[in-house]
Amino acid sequence: MSGFFKSSIGRKYAMALSAFFLIIFLIIHLSVNMTSLFSKDVFNEFSHFMGTNPLVQFAMQPILIFGVVFHFIMGFVLEMKNRSARNVKYVKNTGSANSSWMSRNMLLSGAVVLAFLVLHFIDFWIPEMNVKYIQGDMSGLLSDGDGYRYYEELVHKFENPLRVGAYVLAFVLLALHLLHGFTSAFQSIGATMGRKKTMQNIGKAYSILIPLGFIVIALFHHFNH
Amino acid sequence: MKLTLKIWRQNDAKAKGKMMEYHLNDVSPDMSFLEMLDVLNQDLIDKDEEPIAFDHDCREGICGMCSMFINGRAHGPDREITVCQLHMRSFKDGDTITIEPWRAKAFPIIKDLIVDRSAFDRIQQAGGFISVNTSGNTQDANNILIAKDAADTAMDAATCIGCGACVASCKNSSAMLFVGAKVSQYALLPQGQVEAVDRVKNMVAQMDLEGFGNCTNTGACEVECPKGISLENIARMNRELVKANMIKF
Repeated sequence: MSGFFKSSIGRKYAMALSAFFLIIFLIIHLSVNMTSLFSKDVFNEFSHFMGTNPLVQFAMQPILIFGVVFHFIMGFVLEMKNRSARNVKYVKNTGSANSSWMSRNMLLSGAVVLAFLVLHFIDFWIPEMNVKYIQGDMSGLLSDGDGYRYYEELVHKFENPLRVGAYVLAFVLLALHLLHGFTSAFQSIGATMGRKKTMQNIGKAYSILIPLGFIVIALFHHFNH
Repeated sequence: MKLTLKIWRQNDAKAKGKMMEYHLNDVSPDMSFLEMLDVLNQDLIDKDEEPIAFDHDCREGICGMCSMFINGRAHGPDREITVCQLHMRSFKDGDTITIEPWRAKAFPIIKDLIVDRSAFDRIQQAGGFISVNTSGNTQDANNILIAKDAADTAMDAATCIGCGACVASCKNSSAMLFVGAKVSQYALLPQGQVEAVDRVKNMVAQMDLEGFGNCTNTGACEVECPKGISLENIARMNRELVKANMIKF
């Protein structure tokens, strides 16, 4: 089977499998974040659970980071290999006549999402790791000890309009990435249902609704506090 | 019709090529694109210039020799045709038309608009066949019952003429539509099952060796294919390869 993952098609499979994993992750992440729209307490409880549960922290989190890094590196490697397969470019190439902008610019949309992830790590993940594992404060409480800190931190992050703008832009690009990627992943693993109308509609709905959910959360907290 | 033609000229595989501009003043809209090039070449010959080298054979839309990228698209603007089936009425008087050869590392240029597609032959030789005893005791083909839809789908895949438009129009220069079609035409039929495992593994290995890119499912190949070969053939090839690796790894 090692030969399989060295083949061009095997690498497509690997890309698709990591994509499925990330697609499921996005649903979980959005579900937790959505609770912040209607209940500070529920959001805090969820955040504390996700932030302190050993299974989430020491099993799921490393797998997730590996999944993201793998998807990016593999995507980049494949793109470079693909580019080298045409050493002389066309003088005139009308790609829009036969394929979507999204499908031709997965590296661009992926790179923007990756840049967002760096910002996201600086915003949330690195401070979390610092508080919990370097300072050793696993309580999840505010500095005055009056309740959990997660909701307050979330609200604080979305005060800056520049950050909110960056979040919105990144999620628009994520939507464009998914509009091609969702059904493409099915096609790559050989499931022709990726080409069926129902699956394409599910793909479209997912690609628009999930990023839209994240955008709504960012805008909600920016304008409501 | 008056036309300005920008055509890629290149002496041989090693030479540095460039776009050259030509003018035609009396093109009939009823000419095929290749006939228009014939007229241009006659002009060049009359002027003692080197005519433009381009591939063509049947001029009936089935040989797939005409490796031309016209105005940024494989075989020009119309759907499901080769260049001989493209007529000058698809253009307007005064148009400038850009004509380039297929561009892919695996398809080196031989001269001007002619490219070397022997990479496709080598992929075919790696497994695109069934081994049949032809010593005179072959059974009647109709002895093996084949479901109508399987026969039809296999026939759809088998209509691939190996023209290379899929590679030419793919942003990754991927040959997966071609290989997918060749794998599928056997994968769908009982006669293809005996050698199915080695076929898909060897053909994909040869495809990778030739330096084609990876499919990213843009669907450009399917749109530009003169025979309307569907992307489903790529999905089928992917399934066949996984299956083959599970049986023999």
